[in-house]
Amino acid sequence: MLCDNCKERDSVVTLTTSDAQGVTELHLCERCAAERGIETQMTAPKQPLTDFILAVQKQLPATLLESSRCSFCSGTLRDFKNTGRLGCAYCYQTFESSLRDLLRRVHGNSRHTGKRYQPPQPELAEDATVLSELRDRLRRAVEQEQFEEAARLRDQIRVME
Amino acid sequence: MTLDLSLLPDGGVSWLDASGEHAGIVLSTRIRLARNLEGFAFPGRARDGERLRVLSRVREAMDAIPSMNSHLLVRVDNLGSEERLLLHERHLVSKELAGLDPQHPVRSGAAVFLGDGMGVMVNEEDHLRLQTLRSGFALSDAFADIERIDEELGSRVPFAYHQEFGFLTSCPTNTGTGMRASVLIHLPGLVLTKEIGKTLAGLQQMGLTYRGLYGEGSEVVGNFFQISNQTTLGRPEEEIIDQLMYVLRSVISREEDARRVLLRDAGYIIEDKLWRAYGTLRYARSLSFEEAMNYLSGVRLAVGLKLISGLSVYTLNKLLIFSQSAHLAHAEGKALTESEANLVRARYVRQLLADETGTNG
Repeated sequence: MLCDNCKERDSVVTLTTSDAQGVTELHLCERCAAERGIETQMTAPKQPLTDFILAVQKQLPATLLESSRCSFCSGTLRDFKNTGRLGCAYCYQTFESSLRDLLRRVHGNSRHTGKRYQPPQPELAEDATVLSELRDRLRRAVEQEQFEEAARLRDQIRVME
Repeated sequence: MTLDLSLLPDGGVSWLDASGEHAGIVLSTRIRLARNLEGFAFPGRARDGERLRVLSRVREAMDAIPSMNSHLLVRVDNLGSEERLLLHERHLVSKELAGLDPQHPVRSGAAVFLGDGMGVMVNEEDHLRLQTLRSGFALSDAFADIERIDEELGSRVPFAYHQEFGFLTSCPTNTGTGMRASVLIHLPGLVLTKEIGKTLAGLQQMGLTYRGLYGEGSEVVGNFFQISNQTTLGRPEEEIIDQLMYVLRSVISREEDARRVLLRDAGYIIEDKLWRAYGTLRYARSLSFEEAMNYLSGVRLAVGLKLISGLSVYTLNKLLIFSQSAHLAHAEGKALTESEANLVRARYVRQLLADETGTNG
């Protein structure tokens, strides 16, 4: 049966509504249904994350998977593809446009409309804490053979010590 | 380190007391929020030292919150595997935090703060998994509880937050609100009338999803379903809760209808089936966990239909938790093989049912 709305594609859902005029049935295709905010089985993937990761693979050429690296955790999109998890909060900035696209696929939206949050005013972070964080980043950079980043971090640590 | 769950304000099982709304059908309501601390790599990527610093930051914050200073901190990373399984069976920690998957052993810095009806897991998939747990169908109360914990902690440690994407999480399926609200519900009527497939398909169209008794990746046993929101981004928290509440009210009333239909159209067949389940639990000498779950499901239905009297929902809830392997081993004080556990389980079930009904099993 063709979609009652566009009369082009096959209908996949039947929308039944009842009001004062009685019960009406509308047969809609996936796209027209989605326009009315109705998710069909097809638009709501059963395995959102698997689909999500497959989408990353398809969408990005292999070179890009390796080329950009998060400056905080040294993670790449390939790491994300392999584990399904991001390395740190900064990855969201590093891979912002890819992630925006992918968040839309998973959630149907990329804009948070829930609770707004203001972090507490940072007290002057103690040098010791900052230093140990820098050392962690340095170790990670060395492990990942990110020698330029490692050198930069080493200099930063030297200045502080 | 040994684990003494009696130190917990309520043994961690106040949610079993069957006090909430629709407690015969809905076992419990749980809401969890995923949060991460700014300035640290997520636990899967972080180094041991970073995770330990996250834990100490969170500990300082928890100690400073007046309503939470009676919590118990359990260092999951210092526990043996039996004890970690025990915490998981009691629904106090996730499988991931307990490191039960051989491919993902327990992480250093894995810990949980436990309080009355609430918990904060540290160094799970995200730095923090705040959760509240209530008996019965109690989404509004559970939401009010979790909001309070979130405010208190979020004003003391900086959470990773993005103006557009919201709260940032290790897995993008949790980004945004970081919230998963779920209800553990018993639907034997819909399963027996074969209406369950339609109901579950309907849930998915409403953006909800379902899982088994132990959450993500677990199978449905004993007709227990965990129904929760699937997406976390693009809708405010209150709207997600309201929608879940609305859909669940309809699932509950469908279940009640199905039970009426069963009694009307298949009265004696159902009655026979349920009494047989009860008979098995009362007299069997060996019970596997699956078997016990399935018969318990039948007895729970029989109590709901008022076919069996003198048995409380609380006792049935307790049986669900305390007849699991790690709980039996804990009670016996030694590791049990599967066949030993089956014997101990049957004895435990017989004993509890006999105590409750005042007869010998």
